[in-house]
Amino acid sequence: MKKTRAAAIVFLMLMGCACLLAGYLAPASYAEQFREIPNASCSRQHWLGTDDLGRDRLSRVLYGTRVSLLLAPAAALLTTLLAGVIGGAAGFLGGWLEEAVKAAIDLVLSMPWLFLLITVRALLPLNVPPLTSVTITFALLGCLGWAGAARVVDADAKALAHSEMALLARASGSGGMRLLWRHILPNLKPVLQAQFWVSIPVFILAEANLSLLGLGVAEPLPSWGSLLRELENYSALTAQPVQWIPLALLVLTVGSFQLALNREEDWA
Amino acid sequence: MNLRVRLAALLIPLAALSAFGQPGSQLRFCIRTDPKTLNPLMVIDDAGQTVRYLTGGVLLRLNRKTQQLEPALATAWKVSSNGRTITFTLRANVYFSDGTPFSAGDVAYTMERLMDPALHSPVGDSFRAGADKVRAQMLGKNKIAITFPAAIVGLDKLFDQVAILSATSPRKEMAALGPYYLSENKPGAYILLRRNPNYWKHDAAGRALPYIESIRLDIQQNREIEMLRLMRGEIQFINSLDADNYDVVKARAPEMAVDAGVGLDSEQIWFNQVASAPIAAYEKAWFTSTRFRQAISESINRADLARIVYRGHAQPAASWISPANKVWFDRHLPPYRYDPNGALALLEQEGFRLKNGRLRDRAGHVVEFSVMTNAGNRSRERMAAMIQQDLARIGVKLNVVTLDFPSLIERITRTFNYEACLLGFVNDDLDPDAQMTVWLSSAENHQWNPSQKTPATAWEAEIDRLMRLQASTLDVRKRKQAVDRVQEIVREQEPFIYLVNKEALAAVSPQVRNADPVALQPQVYWNIDTLWMGSGGGKR
Repeated sequence: MKKTRAAAIVFLMLMGCACLLAGYLAPASYAEQFREIPNASCSRQHWLGTDDLGRDRLSRVLYGTRVSLLLAPAAALLTTLLAGVIGGAAGFLGGWLEEAVKAAIDLVLSMPWLFLLITVRALLPLNVPPLTSVTITFALLGCLGWAGAARVVDADAKALAHSEMALLARASGSGGMRLLWRHILPNLKPVLQAQFWVSIPVFILAEANLSLLGLGVAEPLPSWGSLLRELENYSALTAQPVQWIPLALLVLTVGSFQLALNREEDWA
Repeated sequence: MNLRVRLAALLIPLAALSAFGQPGSQLRFCIRTDPKTLNPLMVIDDAGQTVRYLTGGVLLRLNRKTQQLEPALATAWKVSSNGRTITFTLRANVYFSDGTPFSAGDVAYTMERLMDPALHSPVGDSFRAGADKVRAQMLGKNKIAITFPAAIVGLDKLFDQVAILSATSPRKEMAALGPYYLSENKPGAYILLRRNPNYWKHDAAGRALPYIESIRLDIQQNREIEMLRLMRGEIQFINSLDADNYDVVKARAPEMAVDAGVGLDSEQIWFNQVASAPIAAYEKAWFTSTRFRQAISESINRADLARIVYRGHAQPAASWISPANKVWFDRHLPPYRYDPNGALALLEQEGFRLKNGRLRDRAGHVVEFSVMTNAGNRSRERMAAMIQQDLARIGVKLNVVTLDFPSLIERITRTFNYEACLLGFVNDDLDPDAQMTVWLSSAENHQWNPSQKTPATAWEAEIDRLMRLQASTLDVRKRKQAVDRVQEIVREQEPFIYLVNKEALAAVSPQVRNADPVALQPQVYWNIDTLWMGSGGGKR
């Protein structure tokens, strides 16, 4: 099992390097259309062939990896922070605040998030560059994804606030803020770490879902989700096997995150 | 009767049966949804139109191939010189599917129902020409004159959509005069139509039509499943295919692939010219500049759009009327030019300057705007991405935005909070009069600047005048001249920048004999009464 975990971590590191070095590794711009050779198969010039508009598929996979792998952790960080603040405060302070937060969590979790995202995105300004657009998409995902994590943090913070350790700290004269800062937050760290790692694949998949609906990353910027749209047409199942690469990367990356997370859970 | 004659009498029908109307022969194809209504006067959706086409008996039928009207339940017709009255001579000895006889009384009853204000018939709306009532005067058992309060252009062609109802049948709308009648309706699953034994039409050899015994319309929303079912032989045709699926069919079963040539639908891009739109004033100045629009149009490589996005199954557009419309398309219009240098020259005349690869207007604003299109439409998304690269060549930065359809409609019809939009128009009417709601400046569908109280520009005022002229004269030559002039103005002013006309693509099993798909709807089964089912492969 340790070997599998190690392999997963190595894979994630390789993916991280690939996306950071996309500018050096990509043989062409992800947006450049080689219009004379759309849907080309693998060649010396285009290792993974070209897409339906003649864009180099390898370049798009590399840049798409960068978009998905950099912005998904950013969204996960935002979600974890929100969950930590909201869930932590509710669990620590308790009373009406906790009841209100629990009601808000139930409300957010019961909402059809996909439709909510579509609605919120439709209200945003139209004339924004693709990079801003994708950042907004992931920021929205981050802002809407806090509820599940907040419930876990709330339960943990409540348990800590009523633990013998907290009782001892209070008896020793620790006030509210000091108790929170010095005793509760450090003990919440493993839970928050776990929530962070769990959120990353969730956001990668969420962006892929949005892109499959045509509502994710704007053209010409690629992401794994937008690259997966090549598989919409069932002719793609057999025509060009390289079209499966974004799906393979997505599955391997999400799987690797889960394997890497197991260790985090062991710690927790 | 001697033995030979008896044998011949027995064998001829048997031979006919084996060649055409095989007992139990069934044609199956898919429709996307259940029809919203089975009342032929209230049809508004594609599924309803399919059922109406297959079951409804009409006085006149537009031949989808020749684009000419042909007699159906009426053997002759005449439109009066003032364009208000149409007189039909009806076919004698015709019966509805339930055996009820057909007469002028049924036509009068149908017109009465059609024009009933309480019914709100969408078909009836085409006939509304004034406040007064429509009068149907029976001139005998088989002759009827229908008078409208005002002249209606293309009056006779409108009767292609009017399925005649029975005034006396207890089955009401279900009694059919068309080739088939509704036998079974399982909502969400299928609709079964059976051959109308009383259908009036016969083939040249005197055999009763239609040849096919029954038609099963399966409700199937998923296009991929529809494709799989076609390949498995569970359905016999797909009426309308996109370019991707057409190529799949062509690769796997080339004998099924049919390209019926350029269709009536168009794809276009337009700029928001609404004066009150919540966009920057300098952007409004760009969008209302004719030269700016012409320059954008000239910098778009339409041939590439047709070749790459539609895999060669589209043609660069030339006008708001497709070349498939044999009567109304202006063949003198030159093709759109692709000339990025010419586009830059036009922009320079308007005060724009290309500096460091970015185009700036007279005041120094960088030319950057967004184009929105409906999410999920791969062809439009691909076109937008290609136009993005084309415009980058003249220093224009285009941001592509895909929105869900309701949000997009909200922006183009209510808030006007957008810069440019890429959409298509689906046309199923050959007569340009049907597009009055687009071209009149006061119309709600005048997308670039809808519902104007008075025309914002001189050329829109001229289009208003010409479109009203073509709608008020019965002289076909004058109408054609007016419509040609509108095509020229639109071409010069480019309120809509037309991109491509898609080709009508279909897949038809070789089992379906006599199929001759055309560009006009319904592409594959327009000649349903002469289609027949053969066994196995062979020539269509």
